[in-house]
Amino acid sequence: MIVLKDVLALLEGELLTPACPLETAFQKVFASDLMSDVLTSAEPGSLLLTGLSNTHVVRTCSVADLAAVVFVQGKRPAAEVVDQARSENLPLIVTKMPMFEACFRIAGLVEDGKRGR
Amino acid sequence: MDAEEVYRDEFPVRGGDFANAGIAARRIKQLLKDMGLDPQTVRRAAIVSYEAEMNVIMYAWEARIALAVSPREVHITVDDRGPGIPDVEQAMTEGYSTATAEMRELGFGAGMGLPNIKKNADVFTIDSAAGRGTRLDIVIRTNGHRT
Repeated sequence: MIVLKDVLALLEGELLTPACPLETAFQKVFASDLMSDVLTSAEPGSLLLTGLSNTHVVRTCSVADLAAVVFVQGKRPAAEVVDQARSENLPLIVTKMPMFEACFRIAGLVEDGKRGR
Repeated sequence: MDAEEVYRDEFPVRGGDFANAGIAARRIKQLLKDMGLDPQTVRRAAIVSYEAEMNVIMYAWEARIALAVSPREVHITVDDRGPGIPDVEQAMTEGYSTATAEMRELGFGAGMGLPNIKKNADVFTIDSAAGRGTRLDIVIRTNGHRT
């Protein structure tokens, strides 16, 4: 299980939705800039990593039951996107790390979890 | 819900209205949730509605999404007024897309919409011809239980 506060620390991220609980946990992670792929392949309850920061990201997560979003490469969403996420209790994180680095670090977290570390 | 009772509703969608994309799908999702349908059925119906709604916004002029919910199934019909699809078989191929760069920048138009609708449906029919518009008929069977 991956926990939001660990993702935040590992990615040196900023939580854009402070009211969201840091104990939110995820079993799966999905990374894509294509919302079409998210709708097709992401499992409900997943953490999404994306380089897209428009309002369709939040809408897609709402429709497909994704649990949180990390915007990579410092792609900070507009205030209206953050407001929308807040109203839906969808945690948003922004990190300066590029997609590969962010995925690599989270993969380490997943592996550590499997080994019970 | 009574065995014969069917809940019906309709949601208009305007072509090109990217600002309001997803509103119909989210209303459908909330309605089904409030009816106590199982989460998997709700999610499948929401994804189908959202993909169909995006297709209308991207390619058609206007459409009506009709929802009918009976104890055993969710029936979604999308009837659009638009240019139609000249080659339906090609449009059903994963990855085939006529999307513009603007649509792709929004994260859509990857050529997965129609195949994904079919994947999430128990019954899927598409009727389209160039110049006539497109009609989608989607049935999602529920497990019959409500909470």
